[in-house]
Amino acid sequence: MLWAVATLTFFAIRLIPGDPALAILGGPGSEAGPAALAHVQAQYGLDKPLLVQYLDQLGRYLTGNLGTSYSLHEPVAQVIGSQLGGTLTLAVASLAVGWAIAVTAASAAVWGGRVGNACASGLEIAAAAMPHFWLGTVLILAFSTALGWLPAVSVPGPVGLILPVTTLAVPLAGFLGQIMRESLTAAAAAPFALSARARGESELGVLLRHTLRHAAVPAVALTGWAFGSLISGAVVVETIFARPGLGRTLLGAVQQRDVPLVTGVVLAVALAYCIATVAGEAGERLLDRRSRPGGPEGGR
Amino acid sequence: MRRFWALAPRQAAVILSSAVLLWLLACAFFPHLLAPADPLAVHPARGFLPPSPAAILGTDESGRGVYTRIVHGAAASLSIGAGATALGIVLGTLLGTMAGLGPRWLDFGTSRLLEVLFAFPGLLLALLFIVVYGPGGATSAIAVGLATAPGYARIIRSQMITVRQAPYVEALVVLGRGPWHRFWHSILPNVAEALFALVTLGVGQSIVWASSLSFLGLGTPPPAAEWGAMLADGRTYLGTAWWMTFFPGLVIVLAAAACTVLGRRLQGKARRS
Repeated sequence: MLWAVATLTFFAIRLIPGDPALAILGGPGSEAGPAALAHVQAQYGLDKPLLVQYLDQLGRYLTGNLGTSYSLHEPVAQVIGSQLGGTLTLAVASLAVGWAIAVTAASAAVWGGRVGNACASGLEIAAAAMPHFWLGTVLILAFSTALGWLPAVSVPGPVGLILPVTTLAVPLAGFLGQIMRESLTAAAAAPFALSARARGESELGVLLRHTLRHAAVPAVALTGWAFGSLISGAVVVETIFARPGLGRTLLGAVQQRDVPLVTGVVLAVALAYCIATVAGEAGERLLDRRSRPGGPEGGR
Repeated sequence: MRRFWALAPRQAAVILSSAVLLWLLACAFFPHLLAPADPLAVHPARGFLPPSPAAILGTDESGRGVYTRIVHGAAASLSIGAGATALGIVLGTLLGTMAGLGPRWLDFGTSRLLEVLFAFPGLLLALLFIVVYGPGGATSAIAVGLATAPGYARIIRSQMITVRQAPYVEALVVLGRGPWHRFWHSILPNVAEALFALVTLGVGQSIVWASSLSFLGLGTPPPAAEWGAMLADGRTYLGTAWWMTFFPGLVIVLAAAACTVLGRRLQGKARRS
């Protein structure tokens, strides 16, 4: 999987019009002499045939060497390592908050009957359609500029996390809530919920012990996707709140056309996506016995 | 009567969404009727005016009306959204048809390719494309189209597989019709309705993504009026002129929400029939 991502990225990057050596020296405006160009080409191995470059790069990736950033002149792995923590904190916190909102909203919607359902559906569409850049801006306007409760620029510590996490969590909760509400409504009408009620369990008991578990399955299966969308949202959110992290590093690298850094961050995100997807599938299997091989209804 | 009250909020949402879209289309096609002022003319003396009857949504740092620029930006923003969706849907349909109707090895190959593309979540694929071709309005439309294609392909593949096994298609096989006849006369028309709903949902999503790119400074360059670019411009003056970011963003949200409401409505219809 990662090999395929690396290959695709390598060849996509090579399509850039213009000489990569020139980009290292500061773009077309730098008026670098031919000697300097040749030196850089030799240094980065750009004078070798494409296939050799490709194999070289794969070999380096296997040993954990992601190359050196053109713009920061630091090893890419080191740059990613120093920025990863901030983004990961942001993504995990947003995932947790988004889940909490989605579960609460979906339960309340099923509880509230037809009116509750209609309200929740409207709110979910509004939340899911809310772009990160606008929500973040509005939150800054409301809580920093107008009320002055929270800092507009992300400061270290939990206070600085509140606005960025809210910005990322609300649209996510909209998506997850839509899926949860549909499956929760279906589960509440299922025979097992009826039999649990017939045994005299309270509505809350039915919800906590039976239906919620079933309803969570499709949403858990989407964890990988959710994580991925959080990472790309992090690019926007880290820019708005001037928060250091992988997203802003990526944006800076794109603007500078810093090829090794972009490739490295993309590889890191793809790896994170794969891990999150596998984790989501494992969670799905844990929650839903039907999808376990040898479970009550056999393998799927 | 009870049924009426149950359906009323949904109908209202559909009517409101249609109204929003109609207004946006009017802005895109006849901007001068709705906002006669020049969106690019600079009046430094009238800069940073807050919203008032004279300047409905306020003015920006160069004295250009925010309302005027929103109306005149509709054409650019909507065509970027529509272009991106068209590209994404065409590519997605191509890949989805190959995987859904082709031989097993083609399905295997295409599905693996889609899995690899899914590992570039969200804007990542678009950002990668912009590294290659540099920022700009057309580039961001193509980038968003490419980035959304895998998602469409996956949905269309599953639709194709469902329709392929339907009794009416099997009947055509029994009648001895060739694969092309089956595809054009039976499979494609049956997938088309779901496709149409997907397009409506997609335009909203594409507008948001393309504006995100502009917001990051990777889309339409200034001074052209485009919603995402206006947002990026206003961000510099967030503390002093909130209207410069708030209103363009609000229009993007309204456009995206209207597309979502109508798209879901169409999807529900396609599922019922």
